[in-house]
Amino acid sequence: MSGGDAIPEFSKAKSGDGQDVSLTNLSAFASGPGIKSGAEVAAILAVAVVIIGGIELALRIFHVPQYIMPPPSSIVYALFDEFPLIAPHLGYTLVELVSGFAIGAVVGLVMAAVITQFPFAEKIVAPYILILVTTPMLALVPLLILRFGFGYTPRIIAVALAAGPMVMINAATGFRRVDSAKIALARSYGASTLQIFWKIRAPMALPMILVGLMIGAIFGLLTAVGAEMVGGGFGLGNRLTSYSSMIQMPQFFAVVLILSTLGILIYALFFLIGKKWASWET
Amino acid sequence: MSTASAKTPKLGVQAATKVYQMGSGDLLALDRCSLDVQSNEIVSIVGPSGCGKTTLLWSMSGLHRLTAGAILLDGKEITGPRPEIGIVFQEANLLPWRNLDANINFPFEIKGEKPDRAWIAHLLNRVGLDGFGGKFPRELSGGMQQRAAIVRALALKPSVLLMDEPFGALDSFTREEMNRLVEEIWLDTKTTIVFITHSIEEAIFLSDRVVVLTTRPGRVAKIYDVPFPRPRSLEIMATKEVFDLTNKIKMDIVGERVRPKTPERPSAEIVRIRP
Repeated sequence: MSGGDAIPEFSKAKSGDGQDVSLTNLSAFASGPGIKSGAEVAAILAVAVVIIGGIELALRIFHVPQYIMPPPSSIVYALFDEFPLIAPHLGYTLVELVSGFAIGAVVGLVMAAVITQFPFAEKIVAPYILILVTTPMLALVPLLILRFGFGYTPRIIAVALAAGPMVMINAATGFRRVDSAKIALARSYGASTLQIFWKIRAPMALPMILVGLMIGAIFGLLTAVGAEMVGGGFGLGNRLTSYSSMIQMPQFFAVVLILSTLGILIYALFFLIGKKWASWET
Repeated sequence: MSTASAKTPKLGVQAATKVYQMGSGDLLALDRCSLDVQSNEIVSIVGPSGCGKTTLLWSMSGLHRLTAGAILLDGKEITGPRPEIGIVFQEANLLPWRNLDANINFPFEIKGEKPDRAWIAHLLNRVGLDGFGGKFPRELSGGMQQRAAIVRALALKPSVLLMDEPFGALDSFTREEMNRLVEEIWLDTKTTIVFITHSIEEAIFLSDRVVVLTTRPGRVAKIYDVPFPRPRSLEIMATKEVFDLTNKIKMDIVGERVRPKTPERPSAEIVRIRP
C-alpha cells in the first residue's frame, strides 16, 4: 500500500466524510421513495388526481387543440391502443440500453478499480475523464452513424460512451474512500492485496458504485433515445420524431409516458439494490 | 527489570527506532526504545501525547517496519503481521457492511480457515454478546462494538493481544466495565497484553507493569511495578498506594510534557501521513 506507515486517524476516519459529491451521494437513496405511510401515499395520489384531472378539465373547457396538448385521457387511450405497435420499438431501445450500459459499466468499473490504485496515473487521466463526463455523447452520434450506419452499433457505442464515464467517476470516488484502519485490520490477518480489494475496498465502494450505475443507466437511456432521434428507423426515439412529424400527439405523449416509466424503473431497481446491499451506509 | 538471560521475553523490544519521512523533513518518533514484555503479563504504555506509543504498538503488530532495532516475538524478529498477535484498534474498527457474526468470521475468511464455533460462542458469552450475532455494528453501542472487536481479536487465539487506546472513545462508566472485562478475559486466557492508554487509572487497574515513555522521540522513561492482587476491586483502586502511584506517574508525564523539545525536530503535534 502506498505510504504504508500512516497511522489511521480514527476519530476523523469516519468512512467517506466530506468526500462524496453531494449530487451523487446516497442521500438520493435515503430521501427516495422509501416506504411511506398510508396517509402519505393517499396524499401523493390525491395530488396526482387533482393535477391530471385539472389538466383534463382545463384542456376540454378551453378547447385546446390536440396538436398543442392532448388531454390525459386520450394519451392513456393511445397508450393502450398503440401499444402493440410501440412495443417492438421499446424492445429495440432496451436492447441498445442494456448492451451499451453493460459495456460502459464494465469498462467504467474496471477502469475505476485500476486507476485508483495508482494515484499518479489517476491525476493524469482525471481531466480526460472529466471531458468524457461533461461532453454530451449525443454530439458524436452523427459521426458514429457515418461510420457504422443506421443499425444498433452507433447507438450502443453512444450509450456505452455516455454511461461508462458516469460509472467510472462515481466508482472511483468510492474506491478512493480508503479507510486505512480497515485495511490495517485486514493486513494484520495477513490479507493479500486481492483479498483487501474484495473484502474491504469493494464493499466500501459499493454505495458509490451503485449511485454511478444508476446515473450511468439514466444517462444511457437519454443517449439511446437521443441517438434514435438522430437517425435510423427504429426505437422509441424514432417513434417520437415520427409521431410528432405526423402530429399524432396522443401517441407521442404515450411514448413519453413509457420513457418516464423506464426512468423510474431504473431508479427503483438501483434503489432496491442499494437498500439490500448498501444500507449500512445510511 | 528482569535479567535478559533468564528467560526469553514474550515480546522483546530492542532499541526500536522509527523515523517518519515527512514533507517537512524526517521525524524521529521512536529513539532506541527498549522493553521486555514477559509471557502472561499485562503491560500498559503511557506517555505524553505524540510520544510514539501508537507507533511502538503498530511496530509490535508487524504492520509497521522499524527504521532500526528489532522487536522479537518469542525470540524471533517480527517482520510482518503474525497470527499469534491480535490487535484491538482505537475504535472498534468493525466492518459496517457485515453483521457481528460475519465480522468475527472475518479473520478466518482471510486465513481460509474454518471458524472455531465453540470458542467464538464462549467468547461472545464472556463479553455478554450472546444473541447479537445478526446485528450490524450501527445497531450496537460503542461499548458493545468494542466488545465485538475484542472477540474478533481473540478469535484466532493469539498469544499476544495488542490494544491501542481501545476505550478512549467510551464514557468513563463503560470504560470501567470494559477494564473489568479485559481483566476477566486475562484471568481466563492469560494472554499477554500490551495496552496503550491515556488514562493512568486504566493503566494501573489493568497492568502488572506501567511503562512511561518520554516525550518525542519516544524512549522508555520509567517502568513501574503494579503489585496489587487480582481481581482488582474498586476498593483497591481507592487505596492510598494506588493514589500515590497515580500521582507519581502523572508527575512523570507532566514532567515530560514541559521538557523542552530538541529544537531540530519538526514541531508537528501528530505524526500523520495521509494516504
